[in-house]
Amino acid sequence: MILLTNIIGLLLFVFVIWWFWFSTPRVQKVDSKIIDVIVDNGVYTPSPIEVKQGQELTLRFIRKDASPCAEKVIFEKWNLSADLPVEQATEIKIPTEEKGEFIFTCQMQMYRGILKVI
Amino acid sequence: MTKKAQLSINGLSCAGCVNTVETALRGVAGVEQASVNFAEHTAFVEGDVAVEHLLDAVKKAGYEAAELKDESDTEQKQAAEFAHYKQLLKQAIVAGAVGAPLFVLGMGGFLPELSTASGQLVWFGIGLVTLFVMVYSGRHFFKGAWHSFLAHNANMDTLIALGTGTAWIYSLIITIAPDTVPKLAQHAYYEAAVIIIALINFGSALEMRARGKTSEAIQRLIQLQPKTARVVRDGKELDIAIGQVGLGETLRVRPGERIAVDGEVIDGHSSVDESMLTGEPMHVEKQQGDEVAAGTINVSGTFLFRSKRIGAETMLAQIIQLVRQAQSSKPAIGRIVDKVAAVFVPTVLLIAIVTFLVWFNFAENDSISLAIVTTMTVLIIACPCALGLATPISIMVGVGKTAELGVLIRNGEALQSAAKLTTIVLDKTGTITKGQPTVTSLDAADGATEEQLLQLAASLEQGSEHPLASSILKAAHERQLNLFEVNAFHAVSGKGVVGTINDEQTILGNSKLMSEYSIDVSSLNARSEQLLRQAQTVVYLAQAGQLIGIVAVSDPVKEDSRKAIKLLIKLGLKVVMLTGDNHKTAQAVADSVGIKHVISEVLPEDKENQVRKLQENNEVVAMVGDGINDAPALARANIGFAIGTGTDVAIESADITLMGGSLYGVIDAITVSKATIRNIKQNLFGAFIYNSLGIPIAAGVLYPVFALLLNPMIAGAAMAMSSVTVVLNANRLRMMKSGREQ
Repeated sequence: MILLTNIIGLLLFVFVIWWFWFSTPRVQKVDSKIIDVIVDNGVYTPSPIEVKQGQELTLRFIRKDASPCAEKVIFEKWNLSADLPVEQATEIKIPTEEKGEFIFTCQMQMYRGILKVI
Repeated sequence: MTKKAQLSINGLSCAGCVNTVETALRGVAGVEQASVNFAEHTAFVEGDVAVEHLLDAVKKAGYEAAELKDESDTEQKQAAEFAHYKQLLKQAIVAGAVGAPLFVLGMGGFLPELSTASGQLVWFGIGLVTLFVMVYSGRHFFKGAWHSFLAHNANMDTLIALGTGTAWIYSLIITIAPDTVPKLAQHAYYEAAVIIIALINFGSALEMRARGKTSEAIQRLIQLQPKTARVVRDGKELDIAIGQVGLGETLRVRPGERIAVDGEVIDGHSSVDESMLTGEPMHVEKQQGDEVAAGTINVSGTFLFRSKRIGAETMLAQIIQLVRQAQSSKPAIGRIVDKVAAVFVPTVLLIAIVTFLVWFNFAENDSISLAIVTTMTVLIIACPCALGLATPISIMVGVGKTAELGVLIRNGEALQSAAKLTTIVLDKTGTITKGQPTVTSLDAADGATEEQLLQLAASLEQGSEHPLASSILKAAHERQLNLFEVNAFHAVSGKGVVGTINDEQTILGNSKLMSEYSIDVSSLNARSEQLLRQAQTVVYLAQAGQLIGIVAVSDPVKEDSRKAIKLLIKLGLKVVMLTGDNHKTAQAVADSVGIKHVISEVLPEDKENQVRKLQENNEVVAMVGDGINDAPALARANIGFAIGTGTDVAIESADITLMGGSLYGVIDAITVSKATIRNIKQNLFGAFIYNSLGIPIAAGVLYPVFALLLNPMIAGAAMAMSSVTVVLNANRLRMMKSGREQ
């Protein structure tokens, strides 16, 4: 029992490190010019989003979560931000000239999304 | 998703245009249907397309376009927020109503032991009731935690769901099979799980209330926008929703009404209160040809104006947009914290696992129970919210506060730099002075007349854009003088202008220009000295190598410049005046407003150099200027302040824009920035101290020495209050006094 608990504890420790820092969720490849991003339950869906460099891209955020945490979305890299009214679509035109991985978050960094430009 | 959009189109002059616009709109990818109504000058579009692309397409086709929309966003937002607030309270009350009696009964020893079969049954019943409460009051934590987990992310929901979930599952296990743990550890934690959920929901509701106040400034700006407007269509006046006002429409404004959109007065005159945008209390006179801005109040007369900018294009909408953007941006200090916040929750999870294992392996008695309690407490007490909120919430209040005072701060970076300034460089014309120079005296040399002097000077100035030119032209216009034709005109930067009038070379400018052309000005030296000492600018005029006379121009100092400069010096700042004017005039103006450091006779292109020199002496420099002539210097300075006159200021042009044109705005920007940065530091200090003390105490570091273990419910209360405290602290910024009130 003691041994088993310790083994489970250590495995959990390793799992937390691996899951949150070393593994990445499945990427959604998108060709469309407009992508609907649902803001609910603490996550942006879809995320990560993968687009091609130079592709015309507008992200349309649809906020379902009424808690104030979800009220803003910020793309720090381009100093872009928008207020997201509940149950409404808010469009943000995204520059895709530069390749890279760009994070978008709520003000408190709890909602986190990834945009990959390849 | 199919979406509908309505656009106002300006420039439709014939039915053929309808076709052009429709074709342009249909050419945009995603558009399913597009129709243009020629009579109403509107377009109706359906399809999966961004409005911005539609506007671009219409503009490319050669027309102006703007989106027409329903302005009910704010009310909807408030309704949604209120519903969420009520929901959180209800969830807190239900959880509290079950948790509190269980807690009291447990403390009083009224609940049975788990070692008997009947006791087990009672506890199983309690387990079911609390499960219902956890589902009703805490499902958002569990849903959030699960979705975040799938996205390889962890947040506050993760911690709460794990903390309370562990407590409940452990309790259920020992309810069903109490003998799996030693007798001492046979204690269920159902009540702790629901009380924690009650406290955190209650804390979130309180935080939401307090957060509502932090965005009051922007709400007030949004409310400046009237809901309806009175348009004149086909000779009839009708009240319509603001979203339906098109470009180029005629609107009537009656006394006491708010102006609905930006436009130009076409008939009537009035005085308008623009204080809500500029912070300036004085009313502004408006007559035909003057611009009016949405959100300002018509005080006295009735007038008609033509709409020029609607929807997101109005000055008010742009200010709101700029403030919103600035409120979302972070200074460098906040970005460091973001890095910590991003790894905070997984780190807490690791600490929780270590805590469990240490207690489980090393506690002498009751190890499983201690391990569970400490792990749960670690998960509950850790508060990523306080950390994440600390910077953005203060920025939101600080930037909102300055916007109310007519000061627009571009971003968090500008705010942080404004708090570190050591030197303020003020341009003279238009910044310290009103920037509306008038001709105060004309002194003709022997053999010339005042009229001749003014006539020649005004003729030369026709082609000049210098602020002095307009004053000379105005004086000539008042005396109804005819102007001569000027040939071979050219401006000598920072010195004056040269041209040929009636085949004679004519020169107008400062003493430097006169000596360059070897003009003898000695006959009027005494007079010019006298004028310079009176802070007047002296301009010499010569024709065919002979001095014709001198024109004195004076630009009065703004009423509040002296007081504002005194306050800036009191704030510990070095105040420097920078001007192209000659030293004597500059010194006279500087003396009149109390400035000790004067840099005069600076060519426009050299202003940037002067700013750089100050920076090389380790000064953190702000440059205050009109944003157009001083653009390079504004860009060079650590912070560029563009000072506007009323509503025609380019708000995109500088780090900080002073809408009101008063130097008090500089004081407001600096004091609010300093207070905001201080506020952020307090918040961050509090949040770091809270977490770095709270987590070890929760993990039980005090137990071996003081036998002190934190109750997980206390941890829940502390966690709920920590983010409320951060919001309340940020709210203190709203109470700050403005420069004028000091």
